[in-house]
Amino acid sequence: MGLRNFVDKIKPTFSKGGKLSFLHSTFEGFETFLFVPNTTTKKGAHIRDCNDIKRVMIVVVLALIPALLFGMWNIGYFAGKTGLSAFWFGFLEVLPMIIVSYVVGLSIEFAFAQKRGHEINEGFLVTGLLIPMIMPIGVPLWIVGLSTAFAVIIGKEVFGGTGMNVFNPALLARAFAFFAYTPHMSGEKVWYAVDGVSGATALDYMGQPGATMEGFSACDAFLGTIPGCVGETSTLAILLGAALLLFTGVASWRIMLSVFLGGLAFGYLFDITGWTEYPAYYHLLVGGFAFGAVFMATDPVTSAQTNTGKWIYGFMVGALAVCVRVMNPAYPEGMMLAILFMNALAPLIDYFVVERNVARRKRLIKNVK
Amino acid sequence: MKLSKNFTNPLAANNPIIVQILGICSALAVTVKMEPALVMGLSVTFVAAFSNLIMSLLRNGVPSRIRIIVQLVVIATLVIVVDQFLKAFMYDVSKQLSVYVGLIITNCIVMGRVEAYALGNKPWDSFVDGVANGLGYAFILVLVAFFREFFGSGQLFGMQVLGDWYTPNSLMLFPPMALIIVGCIIWVHRSFNKDLQEK
Repeated sequence: MGLRNFVDKIKPTFSKGGKLSFLHSTFEGFETFLFVPNTTTKKGAHIRDCNDIKRVMIVVVLALIPALLFGMWNIGYFAGKTGLSAFWFGFLEVLPMIIVSYVVGLSIEFAFAQKRGHEINEGFLVTGLLIPMIMPIGVPLWIVGLSTAFAVIIGKEVFGGTGMNVFNPALLARAFAFFAYTPHMSGEKVWYAVDGVSGATALDYMGQPGATMEGFSACDAFLGTIPGCVGETSTLAILLGAALLLFTGVASWRIMLSVFLGGLAFGYLFDITGWTEYPAYYHLLVGGFAFGAVFMATDPVTSAQTNTGKWIYGFMVGALAVCVRVMNPAYPEGMMLAILFMNALAPLIDYFVVERNVARRKRLIKNVK
Repeated sequence: MKLSKNFTNPLAANNPIIVQILGICSALAVTVKMEPALVMGLSVTFVAAFSNLIMSLLRNGVPSRIRIIVQLVVIATLVIVVDQFLKAFMYDVSKQLSVYVGLIITNCIVMGRVEAYALGNKPWDSFVDGVANGLGYAFILVLVAFFREFFGSGQLFGMQVLGDWYTPNSLMLFPPMALIIVGCIIWVHRSFNKDLQEK
């Protein structure tokens, strides 16, 4: 317990009246990161649970690991390497992005927490890992940093920090990069611009006129050996993460299921009406659909809160994503826009669900009388 | 004393855009580049100043029932004068501003100042009030346009100021970014003016 003693020893320096008391929230952030806080709520009744924000966030980070590791290997695979050397190659590509995203994001978070005198929240642990996972490989690092800064400041801190944001910060970072630096983010040239190897993603390929199913088979898309963002390619690895999230109850199964249902329903609709020649299930496998459904749409802060609302919210996310993909050739990836759009509508959905419930209960009272 | 306060108040402490949140639509539409933003700001200043002056002169002769129609006639006339002037002498800018010059008629700042100030005050005071509000509007427009043109295309007034190393941020050219920049200006402004902060 050497560390515990050390933390206790330096604690007075950072407490009120101490020499470094202005760094109070930074110290507290690190202390609660290392040890479960031993303080308890003083007032009111509350449920005792060993889960706090940190544990929840760590579970999400663990759930992201399979997709991340596979993504690293996949980068090397497309650069023409095999086995461990492929993994090492991808690791070196992704690591700088992760470092940049964490350093930029965390320093802004710490600065704001310090300035406002509140505790540091751990929401960024997940956001900081999500951001590199939804960026194209080989994207300049300054774009990663700038997007992260934009997402944390405009997407999160202006609304009041973790838990108050309207939009998913990681997706906001991607949206910023996508609209601000479009040539770096989509099109035929950007993907795998490492070692002179470049190519279109499966989605860009789908968007082109005259594309057929032969491009990337559904099996490849499921296993993940297709070009794409770092974390989004392998549906299998994402489903492993989804299993952990659902087992621990961190993510809502209602949202996950309804996103897939919405995507399938609209994919099927477009398939039978002849808009596209891709079968519905193919939409769920390529691009960021699965990744978005499992890790982004289920963000407890920005999604709908009521159970009925979650079904509507999820279904609309899936449906809109497929609509954007099929109907708008300018945006081959619809998942980002669909989730951000539904983030904005989630409070409205909740409002109507609650109102309807109130009206129903009122009717019941009337009937009893 | 009153006059100078009349003049400085709308520039910062009671700015029509960032405090009263008026005239936002044109602030989003014409601020991609600095030149049209400046011209637009000056046009609104002209219209606001003279509509205030004219309505203040007429204020005792106009029955209050039909005052809105009279105001519209005055403002519309001034806007047409501005529009024709721009078309004659600054054709390129006029084309860039397109419909937004005509839409000065519906700019809440112009009518708001006539209603709120000119109808109850003397001509000279009203004129100063119009000029000040127009300039307050123009100042924010130019400020927003500065950020959008500088970061969006690396230019100022159409001249390249940033070299090849700079990758233009095309998000700056989209209207939503103008809204975010206005939001940031409001943020900075309120952090200096504590009395404006809502509880």
